[in-house]
Amino acid sequence: MDHLLSPAVPRQSALCAIDPRARILGACAFALVTVACGQTPVLIAALGMAGGLMALSGLAAGPTLRRMAAMDGFIVVLIALLPFTVPGDPAFALWGLTASWQGLRQALEILLTANAVVLALMALVGGMEPVTLGHALFRLGVPAKLVHLMMFTIRYIEVLRAEYLRLSRAMAARAFRPRTGWHTYRSYGYLVGMVLVRAVDRSERVLGAMKCRGFAGHIPVLDMLAYGPRDAIFAALLGAALAALCLAEAAHAAF
Amino acid sequence: MHIVDGALANPVVIGGALVAAGGIALGLRHLPLERIPAAGVLSAAFFVASLVHVPIGPSSVHLILNGLAGLMLGWAAFPALFVGLLLQAVFFGFGGLTVLGVNTVNIALPAVIVHYLCRPGVTRASAPVAAIWAGVGGALSIALTTALVAGALRLSGEQFIPAAKLVFFAHIPVMVIEGLLAAAAVYLIRQVKPDLFDSLKGAPA
Repeated sequence: MDHLLSPAVPRQSALCAIDPRARILGACAFALVTVACGQTPVLIAALGMAGGLMALSGLAAGPTLRRMAAMDGFIVVLIALLPFTVPGDPAFALWGLTASWQGLRQALEILLTANAVVLALMALVGGMEPVTLGHALFRLGVPAKLVHLMMFTIRYIEVLRAEYLRLSRAMAARAFRPRTGWHTYRSYGYLVGMVLVRAVDRSERVLGAMKCRGFAGHIPVLDMLAYGPRDAIFAALLGAALAALCLAEAAHAAF
Repeated sequence: MHIVDGALANPVVIGGALVAAGGIALGLRHLPLERIPAAGVLSAAFFVASLVHVPIGPSSVHLILNGLAGLMLGWAAFPALFVGLLLQAVFFGFGGLTVLGVNTVNIALPAVIVHYLCRPGVTRASAPVAAIWAGVGGALSIALTTALVAGALRLSGEQFIPAAKLVFFAHIPVMVIEGLLAAAAVYLIRQVKPDLFDSLKGAPA
């Protein structure tokens, strides 16, 4: 079974060769610039840039865009209410409620910003092996304990998902059918409880195995991350594109 | 429950990031090297639980279980839940990057509050009493989380008030379900592994 977090990326994509640290910093810079911008055309350009990054990352476009759309599902209520709650010039009326142009614009801005940031994040960072992400974060100065915690989480997500699936299969084999009701919630509660009990048991065995190998808390650096000419080009191009976004924003605001 | 980039006002985003950084730092200080495996495996368990969908009427909700995380991890719930949110944002595209701090506070702060309020009850001798306390904690943590989400929206602007109210009331059934689930889970844990809550209590396992 594929790891839940494993990205389906062909090894040879343009972004794979870039230093993971540069990609993480790039994603953060992109997010900050996009959130700071508020002009609709600039945000459309940012979304286009994120789309371009996705094309370069070699991530399969279908699933990635579906994930982005799933995020829109979370915020549909927020977005749908905004046109009616922001005061301004009336655009149209629905069931006696008036939508304002200002509200529509704000809703559109949030939608564009959120999608651009998430798409760029998935393109730049989501295409990495999860373990590489941990190493890169450590090399960027994230506390070792937090990186350890993250590595453990990455390692055991798949193990515990298999545990969960085994238990649900066992329940299904005993004719458990989820529906709305006390029996279902109690059974799911027992399922969660059992997963947690097994997780703690497993962590005790893991700790024993680590102690027996003399674990001392430092992270062995497996891959030598070195800043190279490719990374300089990446940083220069991304920097120039983000600077262009900022300039366009300033020009629009003045206009 | 995730807030996305671009929706909140800058002061809210920055404030959330600062509080989250403080909480994570405090959580890491409460986390000796010996407890990292337990915290890491539990963080993975709560990540998996957040992918479980429980039916409710014609629809379904996904679990959050931050109350249980707080009961089991205490302050360590802050870094553990932050890691889960980070992985969800990067690999699944849920939430966002600049709002990671706000989202962490919204999920992890209720966990810590529930830890202080309900943890003594959960370690009581009688399993049914422990289950009731866990149920209270499970429901309370969701209530606090939705209140924080609504508060973050409210601080960002008047126009979000109806959405904030809607978020709160829409989550009342989720509170009930999470409470029931947490109660059942703790009842089972007390039957299967009665010393679990003691063994997680900071002392080297």
